[in-house]
Amino acid sequence: MFIDFFYKLKAVGIPVSPTAFLTLQKSFAKGLVRSVKDFYIAARTILVKNEKFFDLFDQVFSSHFEGAEMPESQDLILDEFIRTMLEDWLQDPKVLAKALGLDEEKLSHLSPEELIKYFKERLKDQKGKHQGGKKWIGTGGTSPVGHSGHHPGGMRVGGESRNKSAVKVALDRRYQDYSQSGPLTQSQLGEALKRLRNMVASGPKDQININESIYQTVKNGGEIQIAFDRRLKDRLKVVLAIDNGGWSMDPYIPVVRSLFDYSRSQFKELHTCFFHNTIYETVWADSKRMQKPIKIQKLGHSDPETRIIIVGDASMAPFELMITQGSIHVEDQTRKISLDCLRFLTRNYPYTIWLNPVPKSHWRYTKTIGMIKEVIPMFELTLDGLEKAIAHMMKK
Amino acid sequence: MSKPNVSAFDGSKHYVLDDELASIVNITMALEMPLLLKGEPGTGKTMLAHAIASQLKMPLIVLNVKSSMKLIEALYQYDTLTRLNDSRFGDSGRDISNIEAYIKMGKIGQTFSAEQRTVLLIDEIDKADTDFQDDMLDVLDQMQFDIIEIDKTITTKHRPVIIITSNSKKNLSDPFLGRCNFHHIAFPEPDMIRKIIHVHFPDIDTILMEQAVNIFYELRQLEGIEKRPATRELLNWIRALRMDPNFNPVKLSKNDVPYLGVLFKKSEDYLRASQH
Repeated sequence: MFIDFFYKLKAVGIPVSPTAFLTLQKSFAKGLVRSVKDFYIAARTILVKNEKFFDLFDQVFSSHFEGAEMPESQDLILDEFIRTMLEDWLQDPKVLAKALGLDEEKLSHLSPEELIKYFKERLKDQKGKHQGGKKWIGTGGTSPVGHSGHHPGGMRVGGESRNKSAVKVALDRRYQDYSQSGPLTQSQLGEALKRLRNMVASGPKDQININESIYQTVKNGGEIQIAFDRRLKDRLKVVLAIDNGGWSMDPYIPVVRSLFDYSRSQFKELHTCFFHNTIYETVWADSKRMQKPIKIQKLGHSDPETRIIIVGDASMAPFELMITQGSIHVEDQTRKISLDCLRFLTRNYPYTIWLNPVPKSHWRYTKTIGMIKEVIPMFELTLDGLEKAIAHMMKK
Repeated sequence: MSKPNVSAFDGSKHYVLDDELASIVNITMALEMPLLLKGEPGTGKTMLAHAIASQLKMPLIVLNVKSSMKLIEALYQYDTLTRLNDSRFGDSGRDISNIEAYIKMGKIGQTFSAEQRTVLLIDEIDKADTDFQDDMLDVLDQMQFDIIEIDKTITTKHRPVIIITSNSKKNLSDPFLGRCNFHHIAFPEPDMIRKIIHVHFPDIDTILMEQAVNIFYELRQLEGIEKRPATRELLNWIRALRMDPNFNPVKLSKNDVPYLGVLFKKSEDYLRASQH
């Protein structure tokens, strides 16, 4: 009975381990569990290691022991499928239409919401075809080099960014927790970021160098002479600004994500903020860009040593950079033009760089990339580009 | 280990414990596993360890984790400088050839070598590098460590009760989680808060308490607050209100909240709350 329960937990996606299960058995053997409530508490404390699974655990528990409705795990999986499908469709509707055996014409008339609904129904209908489905889910969508897609029914506001039309973002919450992302495979990015650790001797001289002390003492004829070393201190403050608006950055999410994940543990102080397309007078601390505005003057607390790393494709309509009310968001229409805001950043924080996931060879096709490149040193979001970026930031 | 029945934990004088958390603590103690606590700051993660120690009359040893900390600092330190000094002047009464005299136990070391069962609180483990956690795994698993300089192994005499707190600044590694029991302390419900207030201010005026609790929960609901006030802030706030001789609890309303700075510690939050 409990083994069933264990597998049920595993099936809905709670990471439970056999060791933990054995520990639970041990708690039975010790006579610690005398009631259903005890069992509930013991099982949750021992098996579930993250509060984000508490709710799911509760649902499984009540279903298993009290016959309540099971959470529809199928829905969760479906959502995941649909998300990738939608991404794919934005990249290249033809491929998807073909894979589903649909008419591209017909698809292009649907709104994102209708599309999701449509996908869902289709997927539920044809379970047998999941196998084939996986094939196209892998292609295109997550490639960091993302080739330009074409979405027939795009609703972008005035743009010429190589057909990357921006559909109204349907799945609003996908960015919410970068830091909880899955397994980190792009270890090379992590390696490169490690070089950012500014391990220069900058702490106070308060660490005893034993070898040197002994040497000096002997040299001093036995009179104790203590030698101190500087303490290594990592004082690097980093501000990471991520362009998380719209679909044009979507293909690069996996890369940005691993960059973010790695950097999190590597710096003394790391602030992440978000913007859309380009930076005006404010950036946002929350990924939805709604609640926590930060004035750019306050970025890095005016410490010019702060390294500001901007990650974005720098592809937008030129007017967004040039005119005073260029932002496509009404709420941050400000006085300053964006280019001036970017200049402000480089002037006050000499270690500001821009990492662009768009391959360098494509840069000359997008006007705004060239314009931003003039103001902020721009590097490719590749291992090579990163090395150069870091070298640039470490220059004294 | 002492018998669970005798030493079962049910809260202490200044700590209000819900049944669930009490069972969790007891299970954890019986299984001799560390208990990992997460939750909003100010919900009493650290206080729990203090409460366990005072209730079960065990000494409490606190290891405050710092970002640059290495595990070895928590285990022991070899005081080379004193030894060098003694070798030169030789007037300290310590035996220079006995290295053990120069080994100083760190917090974990003290816990392991203690003569009685202790409570070890490892506070804010997420501050340290992942290395720190990984290194600690073995030590907590085996309940022993080696002092390389004198080739000696320190083994626990009594398995300590280990409480680890985390503010989720970083994700903890899976192997680490696997060795701990886990609980997330949710923010208390109004009823619980009333109990907590009563424990701290047994003679509190009912009107003051009701008014304060209501406004407190309203303020917690404000949008866009970065650090929402928690139990700790509420208690301090009530303390402040009670100190003010001119304060009349009946007049307390959310449009005019005195001592707002006790509740909101960030200037942006403060502004937002005061404009409300």
